[in-house]
Order: sequence, then C-alpha cells, then structure tokens
Amino acid sequence: MRFLSTRRRHPLAGLVVVLFALVVVGGLYSAFRPASADESTTDTQLISQGRRLFVVSCATCHGENGQGVLEKEGGEFGPPLIGVGAAAVDFQVGTGRMPLALPGTQAEARKPIFTPQETAALAEYVASLGPGPAIPSKDMYDATNATPDEVAMGGQFFRTNCTACHNFAAQGGALPHGRHAPDLTNVPAKYVYEALLTGPQQMPKFSDAVLKPQEKRYIIAYIHSMATMPGYGGSRLGFLGPVTEGLWGWLFGIGALILAAVWIGNQGVRAGKKRR
Amino acid sequence: MSTATRRPAPDSPMAKLGGPAKWFDDRIGLAGLAKKQIRKVFPDHWSFMLGEIALWSFVILLITGVFLSLWFKPSMSEIDYNGTYAQLRGIKMSEAYASTLDISFDVRGGLLLRQMHHWAANIFLAGMTIHMLRIFFTGAFRKPREINWLIGLGMLMLGIIEGFAGYSLPDDLLSGTGLRIADGLIRSIPVVGTYLEFFIFGGQFPGDDFIPRLYIVHVLLIPGLLLALISAHMLILVYQKHTHWAGPGRTNRNVVGYPMLPIYAAKSGGFFFIVFGITALMGALMQINPIWMYGPYDPSQVTAGSQPDWYMGWLEGALRIMPNWETHVAGFTISWNVFIPGLAVMGFLFTLLALYPFVERWITGDQREHHVLDRPRNQPTRLGFGVAGITGYGLLWAAGGNDILATHLHLSLEAITWFMRFAIFIGPVVAFIIARRWAIALQRHDRESVMHGYETGVIVRSPEGAYSEIHSPISSERAYILTAHERRPKHSLVSREDVSGVRARKQGKERLRSRLSDFWFGDEIPKPTVSELEAAHEHTHEESPVVGDGHHVGIETGGQTGGDPFELDESTT
Ligand code: HEC
Ligand code: HEC
Ligand code: HEM
Repeated sequence: MRFLSTRRRHPLAGLVVVLFALVVVGGLYSAFRPASADESTTDTQLISQGRRLFVVSCATCHGENGQGVLEKEGGEFGPPLIGVGAAAVDFQVGTGRMPLALPGTQAEARKPIFTPQETAALAEYVASLGPGPAIPSKDMYDATNATPDEVAMGGQFFRTNCTACHNFAAQGGALPHGRHAPDLTNVPAKYVYEALLTGPQQMPKFSDAVLKPQEKRYIIAYIHSMATMPGYGGSRLGFLGPVTEGLWGWLFGIGALILAAVWIGNQGVRAGKKRR
Repeated sequence: MSTATRRPAPDSPMAKLGGPAKWFDDRIGLAGLAKKQIRKVFPDHWSFMLGEIALWSFVILLITGVFLSLWFKPSMSEIDYNGTYAQLRGIKMSEAYASTLDISFDVRGGLLLRQMHHWAANIFLAGMTIHMLRIFFTGAFRKPREINWLIGLGMLMLGIIEGFAGYSLPDDLLSGTGLRIADGLIRSIPVVGTYLEFFIFGGQFPGDDFIPRLYIVHVLLIPGLLLALISAHMLILVYQKHTHWAGPGRTNRNVVGYPMLPIYAAKSGGFFFIVFGITALMGALMQINPIWMYGPYDPSQVTAGSQPDWYMGWLEGALRIMPNWETHVAGFTISWNVFIPGLAVMGFLFTLLALYPFVERWITGDQREHHVLDRPRNQPTRLGFGVAGITGYGLLWAAGGNDILATHLHLSLEAITWFMRFAIFIGPVVAFIIARRWAIALQRHDRESVMHGYETGVIVRSPEGAYSEIHSPISSERAYILTAHERRPKHSLVSREDVSGVRARKQGKERLRSRLSDFWFGDEIPKPTVSELEAAHEHTHEESPVVGDGHHVGIETGGQTGGDPFELDESTT
C-alpha cells in the first residue's frame, strides 16, 4: 500500500486508475456476459455478422429488424424476436428448428444449418434487439454429477410439469391441432434448459420464478437418468403405456396361443388316425 | 350321472386300485360318476380351445395373484419410500404404491410374477372375448345353450371389473387417473350419482378407504364369483355336451370326439402348460405397467399416454370422441359427455349381447335345439351383425388410442376425433353389408364346389384348341360338410294367420317379424338339390378326363323340405 500511496500524485496516476477500472469492469463483464461468444471477435463484430446472417435467412419471416411479420396471407410470417433473448435463438437455431423449413407447420428439430459460431452471432444480434434470457452457462445445466436425491426431486418436478405433454418416460405425445411434444430422451442438457427458459411454440415458459435454476437442473438429471436406466422387466415396448401393451397382448399373446391351439387340434387328428 | 348317489358295489372301478383309493371311494362313492365322466366325449377343433385360453389364464391369475397378495399392502396411508428404486427414494407415496415397488424391485421374482399377473389378465380377457366371438359366429348360443351364453357374458363383465380393480390397486398415476374417470362416471349417473360416490369411496374421491375396499373386491369377491360362474359354466357344458361341427356321422343327437381320458385331458392339460409358458415368457421379456415410471398418484399430475388396459379401451375411446354436452336442470348438471360414453355405451353393448340369442330366435322362429354348429358363412346376417360389432368396437378402440395414432401416423387429434364421430355410425353399417355379401359369395363358392368340384389348376387343351380347367370332384366328406346346413324357408306370414285368427295388433307384430325374417334369410344361395347334383356330375364326367369314382356317393343333401318349415335333417342319422 505504501507503493500506491506514495505515487498517487504521479502524473500518470489518473491514467493507471482508469486503466485499472477498465480491466476490472471488463473482467467482470466477460465473467458475467453470455458465455458462448467467441473470444476472438468483439461483440460489435459478432452483432454485425449476426445481422448480416439474419437479413439473409430470417428477415423474410421475422422482419428486417426482428419486428415480426404478422400477416399470414403471404405464407411467410413469424413472431417478433425483440426480447426473446439469445437463449431462444440458440435453442431454435441450434436444434435446427430455425430457419423454419415448412411455413405453417410445427418447427421440427433437424440438423442445424448454421455453425456454432454463426449461431452465436445470430443469438448475439437478436439479444441486442432487446433484453431476454441469455444462453445458460455449462454449470447451470450440467447435471452429470447430480446426487440421487436430486434425481428423485427432478422426477417429481418432471411428473408435475412435463409428463402431460411429453409422456411419463419423455417419449413425447400428441397435442391439439396436429402438434406434438417431442421425445426428450436424447436432447442435450443445454437445449433442455433453453427450452424451459424460452418455451418454444406450444410449450409454456418455465421462468426462474416457476422453476428455480437448480430445479431445472434436477429435471435434466432425471430425464438423463431415464435414458440410462436398465430395462427392468424386459423390453419397454416403446414406453407408450397400455395401448402398446394391449397390442402386444393380442398380437403376441393371443396370436401364439391360437397357433398353439391349432397345433394341438391337429395333433388329435393324427393320434386318432393311428388308433384306427 | 343319476346313479352317483349310491355307494358303489364291490366291483367298483376303484376297487381294483385297492388301498387308499378304495377307502376313499367307499366313503365318497364318486367312482361311478367319475367313470362315466372320464369317458365323456369332447369334439376336437382348435376353436374349441379358445375358451381354455381364458380358463387357464384364470388359473394363472389365481396362482400369481396369491403370490402378489403375500406382499401387497392395501393401504393408502402415506409413507416415505426407502426401497431400491433410486429415482423415487424419499418421495411421499401410499403404502399400496410402495409395496408394489417393493414387489417389483425387492421381492425375489416379484417383478416377473407381477408382470405375469398383468399379462395373464390381458390374455384372460382377450381369451374370453375371442371365445365369445367363436360362440357367436358358429351359433353355439342357440337353444339349449342360452344360459351358458348369459353366464359367459356375466364372466366377461366381471372380468372387466376385476381387471380394472387390479389396475387400480397399485395406486400409481395411471391407477388414479383411471379411478378418477370411474368416479366421474359414477357421479354422472343422474340424481343418485353423488350419493353413490360417497357410498363407494367412503367420502369424496379419492379418500382413504377406497384401496382397502377395492382389494377385497379384487382378491375375494370377484374371484369368488368368477369361480362359481366358471364351475356352473363347465357343469352345464358337460351336462349339455359340447357342440360339434357337421360331418359324416355327426348329428344333432350325438357328439363325435375323443374321450375325456386320456386324450382330451392330455391335450387340455398340455394346453395349460403352453398358456403358462407363453405368459411366463411375456412376463419375463416384456415390460407391462411400469408403475415406477408413472410415479405415485397425485391429483395434480397427468401424463400423455394414460390409457386403461385394452379391455376398457373402447370406453375410453367413447369418452374421447363424445362431444362435450351437458344439461343444467334445476341446479343439477347432467353430464351427457360422461354418462353416454361411459355407462350408456357399455350398457348398450352388453344388453345387445344378452338379448341376441332371443332376438335371433324370435326373428327366425327357430325353436329347436341345436348341437351342430353353423359354418359362419351359412348365417350371413348373423355374421354381418358380428362383424359390424367388431368394427364398432375396433373403431372405439382406435379412438381410445387417438394420441398414439396421432403421433405415430402424423395425424391431428381433431381430425381423428371427427373421423371417429362419423365412422362409429357409418363403419358398422358398411361392415355389415360387406360381411353379409361376402358370406353369400362364399356360399355360392361352396355350391360351385359341390356341383362341379374344385379347380385343380390343370389347364387342358382340347383337340379343337379350346382351353379348359379341370375340375376334380371334392371328397364325399367335404361335400357332406358343405351341404349339411338346412335350407330355411322364410318365416311365413300366411301360415301363421291360418293357425288362428290373430288380433290386428298381434298381426302387426307378426308382419314386422315376417319382414325381418325375409331380410334375415334373403339372398341365401340354395344348396344344390339331388337332381341338380346328378345333372352336374354327369356333366363333369363328360368334360373331365380324370374323374375318380364315388364322387356322388354319400352326398346327401337335405332335399326340399315340405310343409313343416323346420324339419330336422335326418338324412344321415
Ligand atoms: C419460414 C419462416 C421463418 C424463417 C425463415 C425463420 N423463422 Fe423463426 N419462426 C418462424 C415462426 C412461424 C415462428 C413461431 C413458431 C411457433 O410459435 O409456432 C418462429 C419462431 C422463432 C423463434 C422463437 C420465438 C419465441 O417466441 O421464442 C426464434 C428465436 C426464431 N424464430 C428465430 C429465427 C431465426 C434466428 C431465423 C433465421 C436463422 C428464423 N427464425 C427463420 C418462422 C420463421
Ligand atoms: C403444454 C405442453 C408442454 C409442456 C407442459 C412441456 N412441454 Fe416441452 N415441448 C412442448 C412442445 C410442443 C415442444 C416442441 C416445440 C417445437 O416444436 O419447437 C416442446 C419441446 C421441448 C423441448 C425441445 C425438444 C427438442 O427436440 O429439442 C424440450 C427439451 C422440452 N420441451 C422440455 C420440457 C420440459 C423439461 C418440460 C417440463 C418442465 C416441458 N417440456 C413441458 C410442449 C410442452
Ligand atoms: C380374474 C382375475 C384377475 C384379474 C383380471 C386380475 C387383474 C389384475 C391386474 C390388471 C392387476 C394390476 C397389476 C399390476 O400392478 O400391473 C392386479 C393386481 C393385483 N392382483 Fe389381480 N387379477 C385377478 C385375480 C387376482 C386374484 C385371484 C388375486 C389374489 C388372490 C389377485 C391379487 C392381486 C394383487 C394383490 C394385486 C396388486 C399387486 C400389484 O399391483 O402388483 N388378483 N390384478
């Protein structure tokens, strides 16, 4: 401290303080800003790259400035993206849902069209339009070392909030108007977290007030525990519930038994002939 | 049978065995009865074993059910789960659910037995259903077997209730969802619904009493009733003797088959092991009702894919396609949307089935006993009704799985619902018409076979260059089978009128009956008469180079019946 106090009247002291303040603020900023931005490009560069991509691939449906295209006559329309946040874009573009392939249908997950870097640029651009949920960092969604208790709690949250649409084993289910809730068993943890934050399409948003961040992580842990669970008691028959069980009961159970009955019936005829 | 009350004479069949058997027989004296019964003849056909699928799976249910009841705790008191299944540890649940988890994960062999119990339940009901269809299509419900038809229906109904009760015992999410629907059904009964609910659940749903009550119903009451009905069913069967298919030497007055011992018992006993084996295989290899995935029942939860077992699926389907109708009368709400699909549809189907033998008898005017089965095609109208019923049932089934159909066939739920709303009325009618026409076409084919033999597939070229296919005469046994059914003159209005001067109202009823009867027998293909046959066979002689002889030996058709419309076909007795 003596070093600092003796030199505080040095002509360059003001400059040093400003520099120091900048470093601290910058460090804090880089610690707290959305995580996935590429370190080598600065934000403004990312944003302008994102804007270029956006104008080419997204503007027909979402408008030049992400303000949305609302009249449905044109066939190409989309909701405004102001305030949906980087998380929404990362989810929609990262899972290949956007750019929407077939207007008027449910956006399906498919192979992403953009590279991770381009996705980050798009996300950064959309985030710059208005404040919204940021892309979660790995420690928020990573559930690989969840304790059994946390998994069990996740199961409780999952059954209360998700099974109605996604089925008890996360196999997906039908929704009104030809929509469906997808199978979740192979969705990467980050996208589960982002889906919860942003509520894609028919899915409700589960903001942090509804499900706390750690509760989201428990849910992820539970979903992944189902994927790695052993098949207790044999084949899962698709985990679709009693409909498939009934189908198998009839096709396999009754089918095999009728074959057996036919076989036994024929046996009798032969035995009869021998005796004669 | 009638001599069984006396003690047997010293030459009792058991006397030879000596020792304990004789001791026993000296006191009980059933040997005479048994001797008669073990020579009892059972005809042989695979379709006669369908009922045994049901019988043997019931036995499996008893065995596995007793095992389950050693571990299952029918209690709704809440505990923290502490068993092996990590994903639920620490979760609050009822003892019933926890003990089912224990059966699945902590009791050795428990999961296997639980799954066998459930698969056997599915097979039990499916077995009863196809057995019933066999009885229906072959006319085995006709006099004198109406009572067994009704007993069978009673068992089917009890089986459905029993299965539903079992499905509700583990108190998992699907159990509770199902029970809540049942509760809704009960409440939808006009006027008394709410009181009934209180009476059954001991308060408002779900309450604390229900699972213990259901448990008694499931392990004691209904199995007891079923056992009694099965015994009655079998006793009546033995007493009335089994029906058999038409064939040379098989008449309405005899039964042709194998004796109970050793042949039939061996077959039937063997079949038990097959049923057991297949059930065990399914229990070991195919998951059923993975309750650990559903979680304990919690009224705030639902899951996609919550359906009942298949035998309740048609009611679920009716619920799912029913428009949302309700009426408000004087402060009461009548929930047609629940009452009609749930109770009215079920009541409708079972009433129809129960009345069917009597309705058919009234329309055809056939009051005689029948021990020879109908080939389904020879009863086109009955076949039509049966196929229409299956179609309607199948459509409701599909509607019950509408969400699975929607996701797997990429359809919209609304489209399925609207399709089903119309299909449930139109489909059975279309199915009726097609099935009836098809049966008549098959009759025509039978007639062709009898008259001209079967198509050998051998094409010959005549010296003039014309091609023709060789028809070979069918065996006389086959010809007998194809012509064994009787030709039925239509119910005659005129002759009835002649008998007595009936009153006008009665006449109206008779006219309706006569019209129905006309429809019933309409379009039937007459089987060939003897003279037609002879003419046809001479014709075959001429054109076919390979005629075996004896092709019209032993072909005896019933001949044209005279004044009495229902003469027994005595030609072969
Ligand atoms: C063919 C038209 C179309 C194109 C092209 C398109 N979108 Fe979309 N987008 C839509 C529609 C329609 C929706 C709303 C989907 C819904 O709710 O069913 C949507 C939704 C979104 C959402 C979610 C909004 C929210 O409320 O969470 C994001 C984010 C998004 N789009 C980003 C993009 C991006 C980024 C691109 C370019 C790479 C893009 N979209 C291209 C039509 C399109
Ligand atoms: C109202 C029904 C509904 C509920 C409740 C719901 N979701 Fe969804 N979910 C959907 C729909 C619909 C989609 C598909 C959105 C789309 O097409 O883009 C979806 C998509 C998802 C996805 C993306 C899947 C993919 O393929 O990328 C995840 C992850 C997800 N949901 C998780 C959850 C979780 C976890 C919960 C419970 C907290 C939940 N959802 C509750 C309807 C629902
Ligand atoms: C006619 C016959 C029967 C049918 C259709 C039937 C059906 C069922 C069904 C579907 C279940 C749910 C199984 C599951 O958990 O997946 C069940 C459970 C049960 N059944 Fe039965 N059952 C029958 C007879 C019996 C009998 C005779 C007993 C006992 C003596 C019995 C005892 C039990 C017990 C204790 C359970 C609860 C345990 C459990 O759910 O695993 N059942 N039954």
